[in-house]
Amino acid sequence: MTRLTDLTMAQARDGLAKGEFTSVELTEAHVKAMEAARGLNAYITETPDLALEQAKASDERRRKGEAGAMEGLPVAIKDLFCTKGVRTTAASKILHDFTPPYESTVSDNLLKAGAVSLGKTNLDEFAMGSSNMTSHFGGVTNPWKRRGDDSPLVPGGSSGGSAAAVAARIALGATGTDTGGSIRQPAAFCGIVGIKPTYGRCSRWGTVAFASSLDQAGPMTRTVRDAAIMLGAMAGHDPKDSTSAPMAVPDFEAALTGDIRGLKVGIPKEYRPEGLSDEIAKVWEQGIEWLKAAGAEPVEISLPHTKYALATYYIVAPAEASSNLARYDGVRFGLRVDGKSLDEMYAKTRAEGFGSEVKRRIMIGTYVLSAGYYDAYYAKAQKVRALIAEDFRKAYETVDVILTPTAPSAAFGMGEKMDDPITMYLNDVFTVPTSLAGLPGLSLPAGLNAEGLPLGLQLIGRPFDEETVLKVADVMEQAAGFTARPAGVEG
Amino acid sequence: MSYIIQGETGEWEVVIGLEVHAQVISKSKLFSGAATDFGSEPNTQVSFIDAGMPGMLPVINEVCVEQAVRTGLGLKAQINKTSVFARKNYFYADLPQGYQISQYDQPIVGEGTIILDMPDGSTREVGIERLHLEQDAGKSMHDQHPTKSYIDLNRSGVALMEIVSKPDMRSPEEAGAYLKKLRSILRYLGTCDGNMEEGSMRCDCNVSVRKKGETGLRTRCEIKNVNSVRFVMQAIEHEAMRHVEIYESGGDIKQETRLFDPNKGETRSMRSKEQAHDYRYFPDPDLLPLVLEDELIERIKADLPELPDEKKDRFIRDFKLSPYDAGVLVADRATADFFETVASGRDAKMAANWVMGDFFGAMNRLGRSIENPPVTAENLGKLLDLIADNTISGRIAKEVFELMTETGKDPSVIVEEKGLKQVTDTGAIEQACQAVVDANADKVAEYKSGKDKLFGFFVGQVMKNTQGKANPAMVNEILKKLLA
Repeated sequence: MTRLTDLTMAQARDGLAKGEFTSVELTEAHVKAMEAARGLNAYITETPDLALEQAKASDERRRKGEAGAMEGLPVAIKDLFCTKGVRTTAASKILHDFTPPYESTVSDNLLKAGAVSLGKTNLDEFAMGSSNMTSHFGGVTNPWKRRGDDSPLVPGGSSGGSAAAVAARIALGATGTDTGGSIRQPAAFCGIVGIKPTYGRCSRWGTVAFASSLDQAGPMTRTVRDAAIMLGAMAGHDPKDSTSAPMAVPDFEAALTGDIRGLKVGIPKEYRPEGLSDEIAKVWEQGIEWLKAAGAEPVEISLPHTKYALATYYIVAPAEASSNLARYDGVRFGLRVDGKSLDEMYAKTRAEGFGSEVKRRIMIGTYVLSAGYYDAYYAKAQKVRALIAEDFRKAYETVDVILTPTAPSAAFGMGEKMDDPITMYLNDVFTVPTSLAGLPGLSLPAGLNAEGLPLGLQLIGRPFDEETVLKVADVMEQAAGFTARPAGVEG
Repeated sequence: MSYIIQGETGEWEVVIGLEVHAQVISKSKLFSGAATDFGSEPNTQVSFIDAGMPGMLPVINEVCVEQAVRTGLGLKAQINKTSVFARKNYFYADLPQGYQISQYDQPIVGEGTIILDMPDGSTREVGIERLHLEQDAGKSMHDQHPTKSYIDLNRSGVALMEIVSKPDMRSPEEAGAYLKKLRSILRYLGTCDGNMEEGSMRCDCNVSVRKKGETGLRTRCEIKNVNSVRFVMQAIEHEAMRHVEIYESGGDIKQETRLFDPNKGETRSMRSKEQAHDYRYFPDPDLLPLVLEDELIERIKADLPELPDEKKDRFIRDFKLSPYDAGVLVADRATADFFETVASGRDAKMAANWVMGDFFGAMNRLGRSIENPPVTAENLGKLLDLIADNTISGRIAKEVFELMTETGKDPSVIVEEKGLKQVTDTGAIEQACQAVVDANADKVAEYKSGKDKLFGFFVGQVMKNTQGKANPAMVNEILKKLLA
């Protein structure tokens, strides 16, 4: 029998249903694996006792015939989701000792569906980063290594801990959040599947906010089917989040029909910038071939405002962040560094509590919202954002889904790209437009580069059409036959 | 009525605009389900949202939206079908989110009008610039501990309507009349209790002065958080004088925010324009634009009560009251209702005189309110009936009224018990008159020799001897005959 930690979520679900093993056994295997893989630093807080307690309760429910969609499946929760009674840090010193008295809607939905939570995964501080290197709790090591090179690589970010945990088989799946690519880019770097659903599909209530108009939760799993299962459990309208869409959650798994004949797949020419690496171009071409072979029709499209997306994103997201992070002031919770006056207490608390990337973004955001600069930056960025959304809207008049690379490179070394924030920001160049337009985007592993590192392809769908995205991804996944696994993670 | 400051260099007029923060009457806060009761134990009415906990999100309270629309309609103002909530960013210990959710360039209510009722019975129109919804902050308490400040978040997140006037007022009296009228309208609508002492209505005053005849506006100063009508008038008066003095001594007014010190009766600088916050307003991404359906606006419009201006017109028209009397009676809805109960089917002028005279007098003297009146409207009406049907005279009525305030009894019971019924028996009155004439032969002679003024003496004696119960008209008539 396959090792319990190597099962897909769907396999584990079926195994539990058939009584081949219990949730306690499945959870114990993951707890053991989690302890063995501590070197990755994927988790900020492990909750093995709570997990086993939940697993026991799950087995009990199953005995009573009350199994939910995620019944007994051990998953990891990005440490940006508030978890009742379990420390929630957002990977920041300012929240290093914060234990919420409430459960985020998304994690609560998972628990209600029967899932078991193994713990809280590492991330870039306040989800700001593309490497997981900005975490107050240290970087996460990507389980993947370059062939013949033992130097540690980043798992991507900001959901780096979640991606590493899923790739390293120390969680069947994990929640991520994606503001500009924070699910998709680490999924690509770690050779797993990650979907950022349509903005409004998952509730933001109880998730520490980075940029409210962009933040979306989504699942990170090893297969497309698992992503469909987990997204179904996470999603749903939440009256506590005014931006949550009052729409029914479809049966995402049922969308995986394997039939994409006649589907038109947009290939945006703007995603082939000068200097795009050959290996990325090649895997993209390969993806197009798979789709053709399955009966879909690639169509070249234009998304003319793509080149402004990154600049737009780095105005909108920091602006919202500068305001969202104002509540971390040392007054009511989290870190407080005393000062002689209120202002001094604020300054000392925030100087000590926030890392440099967070400070940088607060400064950028404060600047672009300032009197005299608002129109030139924030107001203009909102206009460009509308144009970017309009690009997609027009494209979807002729195509059903869009295929692009997920990231401009494979995982890079820990410590690389740290000197120049712009180089780091370029990681998001392919994922950010989707975020600005609020569209669903999925990354799936499409192959390995010459160094043996996974590369991801991104599928972008119409608003609230995750079903088509998942259906196409499922077909591509089968065509890709991606069976590679990180060194040291045996089958 | 013009208010002119006579300076050394000429005449100055004052230009006033008011920003009123009115706490919305609602069970729960603007964006959370926490309660809004005044005077509760500190930090007992605070949800995770109000405390700015991580990941918490605001959800608009529809009752507060309806109250704002109701107020807008009451101010005859433009209702904006789409409005946007924006974040006003600043740091303070009692502002948990680090921003206040307010409305900035797209408020829920646009331009409207308020008609001021001036003490001389005249009226004046003042424009409303806008009304927007926003959250209140918490309360900082600096006097509870020698080195620490305490924060009470009960008020944090409570819905406020900021109602901004145009700079249309020209005297402290007009500012006072504006506040009173606005408060009256809000209370009629049931959208704010208007209680300035409890802070549910607070006022910022924008004041500038200019030479009489000037058309442009000079630099203004904003006096923050003045908490009574009287203080608003004092603050404006002082501030206007300060401006005139500075201009006349060759100085210039700096735009700044000032505080009013009620003990000293003066304003002092709080922060200058240079120190002013840059609030970095931007649309709150946690909230969708607020879109109002026509049906909602129509439903609220259909449910609006009769407002003071309409009531005043009706009182003038139907009860033939003077504009002044009508204005006084409608200022408070309960008072207007009280008056209408008393006046219904009776002499309205007499009812108005009694309500505004003896009744208000007793209410003030006894420290009672219209909600807890010293005499019920029904009983006051009955008292008027007793006068009208000649059961008692006006003079006895005042006596009965006093007894009513003391005992709460029905006036007819008091009249019965105390034997105050007016004597209308001609024989009895003739007897009493004859007795007075007989007992004062000297005075009768004087009267007959031309001292007409003595007639009053004879009336007085008769009334005295009958303990005021004789019908005065009959006494007059009979005496005239006897003394002819």
